[in-house]
Amino acid sequence: MGAVKARKLVALTGNDAVAEAMRQVNPDVVAAYPITPQTELMHKFADYVANGLVNTEFVLVESEHSAMSAAVGASAAGARVMTATSANGLALMWEIVYIAASTRCPIVMAVVNRALSAPINIHCDHSDSMGTRDAGWIHLHSENSQEAYDNAVQAVKIAEHRDVLLPVMVCLDGFILSHTLEAVEVLEDETVKQFIGEFRPVHNLLDTDKAMTFGPLDFHDYYFEHKIPQIIAMQNAHKVIDDVAREYAELTGRRYELVEKYKTDDAERIVVALGSTCGTAKVVVDELREQGEKVGLLKIRVFRPFPYNEVREALAHAKAVAVLDRSMSFGAQGGPVLLEVRAALYDNASVPTKGYIYGLGGRNVSPSQIRRAFEEIKEIAKTGRSSDEIGFLGVRE
Amino acid sequence: MPTLKELSKREDLLAPGHRACAGCAATIIVRQVLLAAGKDVVVGCATGCLEVVTTIFPYSAWRVPYIHNAFENVASTVSGVEAAYRSLKRQGKISRDMHFIAFGGDGGTYDIGLQALSGAAERGHRMLYVCYDNEAYMNTGIQRSGATPFGAETSTCPAGDVIPGKTQYHKDMTRIMAAHRIPYVAQASPSHWKDLVAKVEKALSKDGPSFLNVISPCHRGWRYPMEKTIEIAKIAVDTCFWPLYEVDEGKWHITYVPKEKLPLSEFTSRQGRFAHFKKHPELLEAAQQEVDRRWRELEALAGISDSPDERQSRE
Repeated sequence: MGAVKARKLVALTGNDAVAEAMRQVNPDVVAAYPITPQTELMHKFADYVANGLVNTEFVLVESEHSAMSAAVGASAAGARVMTATSANGLALMWEIVYIAASTRCPIVMAVVNRALSAPINIHCDHSDSMGTRDAGWIHLHSENSQEAYDNAVQAVKIAEHRDVLLPVMVCLDGFILSHTLEAVEVLEDETVKQFIGEFRPVHNLLDTDKAMTFGPLDFHDYYFEHKIPQIIAMQNAHKVIDDVAREYAELTGRRYELVEKYKTDDAERIVVALGSTCGTAKVVVDELREQGEKVGLLKIRVFRPFPYNEVREALAHAKAVAVLDRSMSFGAQGGPVLLEVRAALYDNASVPTKGYIYGLGGRNVSPSQIRRAFEEIKEIAKTGRSSDEIGFLGVRE
Repeated sequence: MPTLKELSKREDLLAPGHRACAGCAATIIVRQVLLAAGKDVVVGCATGCLEVVTTIFPYSAWRVPYIHNAFENVASTVSGVEAAYRSLKRQGKISRDMHFIAFGGDGGTYDIGLQALSGAAERGHRMLYVCYDNEAYMNTGIQRSGATPFGAETSTCPAGDVIPGKTQYHKDMTRIMAAHRIPYVAQASPSHWKDLVAKVEKALSKDGPSFLNVISPCHRGWRYPMEKTIEIAKIAVDTCFWPLYEVDEGKWHITYVPKEKLPLSEFTSRQGRFAHFKKHPELLEAAQQEVDRRWRELEALAGISDSPDERQSRE
């Protein structure tokens, strides 16, 4: 880590941190529509535009659907493109979220996670980004503002990598991170510029000498073949995310893995979570460790592509696992994280799991809720059998 | 304005061999538009007939850069393309001058894409939006749209015993776009190619958004012999069902006044979609009244008095 640059510590909210990363990335085009809690991110970026701190063409569209549509058009035209949204905004752009990925547009979008309507709500849960988990985007989750910043910078390099060329969502918990001031270490502008390099598109719509058709009609005779490279790109992303993280660590000293194993090595009971809840869970793990309990946290940083091997390996020796989901997959065994973890453990059926739903619509997650999950899974540790029941943390009985 | 001879020497930028129906007006319109635009252009296309027939992978009829994204968003997609161009040009990464043209059918323009188009127009992107208006959702099987004229039969408003075709009048999309106060808005017809090409040239000369609404007869949906497409378009103009006019920097100007305004029946009686008008003369009567009303309004906007005496003295 000898090459770690001089450190610059500033107080930033999660929204500020992503806006700062966007300023440093200096995208050619940003197309966005305001929605709480993403708004302040865009306000900050609008200031950068208004004050000439970026070269960005800032397209203030009339809806999120148009935000993603313009992002696709700009990306096809060879621009480096970023945007940001939340909840219903992401839902409105849904159709084009898929098209962005399938057209292989390396767009980076901050998703300031917020509960989907109804009932309408502005606070955090993961129902918005989780709903897009099959859309073909890479999903990075952030525990704190520092990670939101670091993920945003790395996302550009991951998305544009020739083996990937897929869009990336940088997820950060609405209000909990987006509106909370934290100490964030930011890189020098030049360092970010060097790190991400120039964007060199493979194909360029603006090349009139070599006219290309983007988005043709693809029937049963070719559609399937065009899905295969997309599947391979997502598989490739696994390694690229790790390579980019390694390179980033050389600049910052902060080494991000696809999953973070917090005191899991000898843990008998492990909680799996993602996002800001991991900060709370770490406190609980520390407390219980002090009391002599062998517990740990497995933080999922990369939800897509899901790090099956890493998760399986990290949980292999556990006697019981509690999986915390901040969204529900209605009609399924539990939330999306539970489904993935269970799939990862399929060949290791000796690790019993229990799914928990928590924090919907911004319901506060307290240490006591996580302590309860650790306590309750002692039961499945004894029986060695997964629980069919979904646990609900912090809900009125 | 180039002569027909000059135009005929220009390269056709939409290749033959596409899968449009014989007698399709949309591809004729595209060729006329591109003759005026030239090669340094990026085309966007909404989902619809035109998109489907020109880009069946692995083939493409487009000899210019082309992008299709979805149905309702061609205006916002081309907004993004134009924004990228602006940004890259400002940064010195691109040097040539280019035009940006979006094509959408009436479904993609009057209905599902109206919001995106309105937004793009308000934001002032330098983009020509061309609506090929075939007056129904032809690509999905001739369903009614906001552009379907009063009384017309479609798959979703069949001429039944109780409800005789579409019971509403069509949106005046061209005037909706004129209300955006963008530099140039016009209505055109492939039957009047010179007028159409001149309007495209004028639109592309503007430093801002422009909108061209072009009537696009569809023999499948309108039910007339396929070789009659241009004739039908011409009758639409001569009946004043589809007046040719422009709104240039806010100034309304009728670009073609029929010598003799034909009765609407000349238009409707040639098309199967209005066949039930024979049984229902009151529908034709109502449709005629609406055509007359809109024509009078247009004349007033263009500063032409609607008094027949004054008109005679002017002529």
